[in-house]
Amino acid sequence: MNDNQKSFWTPGNVLTAFILAGGLVLTFLRFYKGIGAVTNLDDNNPWGLWIGFDLMCGVALAAGGYVTSASCYLFGLKHYHSAVRPAITTAFLGYFFVVVALLYDLGHPWRLPYPLVLSQGTTSLLFEVGLCVATYVSVLFIEWSPAALEWLGFRKIRNFVIKLTLPLTILGVVLSTMHQSSLGALFVIAPGKLHPLWYSSFLPVFFFISSMVAGSSMVIFEGTLAHKGLHHKMDETHLKEAEGVAFGMAKAASFILMGYFFIKLFDITMDDDWQYLATGYGAWFLVEIFGFVLLPSFLYALGVRERNMKIVRIASVFGVLGIVINRFNVSMIAFNWQLPAAERYFPNWMEVGISIFIVTVIITTYRFIATKMPVLYEHPEYKDAH
Amino acid sequence: MHRRKFLSLLGGAGLASAMGATKAKAGGGTHTFKGYPDAMGVLHDSTRCIGCRKCEQACNEVNNLPKPSAAFDDLTVLDTKRRTDAKTYTVVNKYNTAGLEHPVFRKQQCNHCQEPACASACFVKAFTKNPDGSVTYNGDLCVGCRYCMVACPFSVPAFEYDDPLDPLVQKCTMCHPRIQEGKLPGCVEICPKEALTFGKREDLLAIARERIRKYPDRYEKHIYGETEAGGTSWLYLSPVPHAELGMPVVGKTSAPELTSGALGAVPMVVGIWPVLLAGAYGISKRKEKIAAEERAEAVKDAVNATKAEADGALKAAMEKADKEKAAAVDREVKKAVAEAEKAFEEKLAAAQAPADEADAGETPEEEA
Amino acid sequence: MEHIYYTLHQFMLHTKSITYVLMGVALVSFVGYWLFLTGRDEKMRKY
Repeated sequence: MNDNQKSFWTPGNVLTAFILAGGLVLTFLRFYKGIGAVTNLDDNNPWGLWIGFDLMCGVALAAGGYVTSASCYLFGLKHYHSAVRPAITTAFLGYFFVVVALLYDLGHPWRLPYPLVLSQGTTSLLFEVGLCVATYVSVLFIEWSPAALEWLGFRKIRNFVIKLTLPLTILGVVLSTMHQSSLGALFVIAPGKLHPLWYSSFLPVFFFISSMVAGSSMVIFEGTLAHKGLHHKMDETHLKEAEGVAFGMAKAASFILMGYFFIKLFDITMDDDWQYLATGYGAWFLVEIFGFVLLPSFLYALGVRERNMKIVRIASVFGVLGIVINRFNVSMIAFNWQLPAAERYFPNWMEVGISIFIVTVIITTYRFIATKMPVLYEHPEYKDAH
Repeated sequence: MHRRKFLSLLGGAGLASAMGATKAKAGGGTHTFKGYPDAMGVLHDSTRCIGCRKCEQACNEVNNLPKPSAAFDDLTVLDTKRRTDAKTYTVVNKYNTAGLEHPVFRKQQCNHCQEPACASACFVKAFTKNPDGSVTYNGDLCVGCRYCMVACPFSVPAFEYDDPLDPLVQKCTMCHPRIQEGKLPGCVEICPKEALTFGKREDLLAIARERIRKYPDRYEKHIYGETEAGGTSWLYLSPVPHAELGMPVVGKTSAPELTSGALGAVPMVVGIWPVLLAGAYGISKRKEKIAAEERAEAVKDAVNATKAEADGALKAAMEKADKEKAAAVDREVKKAVAEAEKAFEEKLAAAQAPADEADAGETPEEEA
Repeated sequence: MEHIYYTLHQFMLHTKSITYVLMGVALVSFVGYWLFLTGRDEKMRKY
């Protein structure tokens, strides 16, 4: 991190160190005193922020990996090539830390492999999610490994892995389709608990379609951040292609959001949920649909038409926030909506602390990888990569 | 162009799988499942329940649960709404409903669904629907994900949040071990008012219908649990609409029926996605190849054109050069002729003057 | 099927378990079959 001659203790790094230290304390509390000691979870609200944010949002926002690699390798959008590695890196880190975060939430974290190796509950959507996420983390690790292998100089293995790109990309899209949608399908089993405006037998479709928006928005959003912090690590190709990638992703996200808006509309119509729109939940639903689906869609369109990166970046912030709001709504805000206010869930500050800790670990690891390994630039000895 | 294809392919497949989902709703297709023929159950008749909390006490004792802070004969706890938790498998709540001068009591515990949502949701098969009708839990398998709690339409399973080492899900077992021994469930055995009846679910349904038929004024015309969540082993009769006793409004669809659509879409994705994606890959490769060929063709044309142009220029240059050469020769010849004439004239003049040099007509050698 | 399933859950547990195994088989065979299918194509550059 101290690759430029400045002192290691920059304000950013001090804050990072502070969060990491605090996170370790909370981690100790969680595993020493139990879930109840650090969370506001109870028997009515078994899933909170760690599922709603760390798992639901984590997986959705890591969708950039499959979106980018599929565009580049399967759909022939060659100019996305320089964006693939950063996206795969983020996706791998995202998924890896989703699994890490899950260990906090599970009562018996060390039993996490049980569904895969000991007792397969195949009727559970969660089994499907677990199987896919486990497989996909492995796939992402292999897809990402050339960056590390080039850094370490293992040419032979690296060349072998590169040969696997096509089947791995296809497998990645298959697995992503399955578990992104299954995350939504988790709630299909609870029609009585999730508010009708959000409940739908098409929840898996909604989750899958919006994961594409999450993926492309995140690629743009991260690109913005990376350009601020890691500009010096980017090679000419990356810098040259970055705008094209952003505009392409923006165009895609804009159109997908429009489609997403309509399938939501159809769903409300088919279930005849109109009467709920006049309630408080209805107002909140409209905020989500107009403020975080239609608005980013129009902003993206505007940015693309005007070739204005600034608008595209603002749109990406709305896109990312929209995904977070949607996942929060389904897993927390509109879940258990019929319970009286006193029995509803609101996260404990320590739950929030653990989530911030996990995000900080991800960012720190990304910075480390992007500084050391050929992610934002091509390794001079491996120019054959495309 | 690519982008649009990308979208339509993805969207098409997603919607197709969802359509598969709705079609597959029936789950077993033509199969029907009636549940275990000898499944037992319990009928709770709230018109008979007096809220004595004896069932809570018996439950606590037969399950060796820790003693609660308030004694079981303390009926003031009925004034606050309670739910089951990891140390309490059953609770009785009091409801003062309009139109009745006495309160109505509702007993809560696991309803032991015919198609248990917890078992359907559990990804390690920790829950089992037993042939005796009870739904039991195996803590040795439990990962502690608490999806069963999310899935349960009656919010029954509870979790030991305060145990850092071995936190488990807890709920009523319908006294499965006692039933195996030929005994009654603890709560049923102790009930002093026969508000609880244990028996075959089929028989209990008949009894409940009979009571409604005999005393239509006393009962709400609905047996809660007959169809709720696909049917439950526990059945309830009430003098008021069940919703007024805080019973959750639960549809008829059982948990496995709810999820079968989404589950059925998974193999469809596995089967169709690689085909579509390989197709998209093939198309983009083919386009690339065509583009490459077109590019090669264009390059060839360009080369040819350039070559032709170059040839033309060369030819013109050559012609020009030839012309110039000819002109130069001409010029030189003329020049030489002129010089020769001049020389001749001079010589002639000189010859005319002092002497004659007759042979002066020699032409100069060509140099060009 | 000689085994009788009394609940839809049991039935699904049975069928889905087999389906999951077959899904794995499908994914592997897709790769093999693709290689067989395109084996005689002129050599394309793979990534």
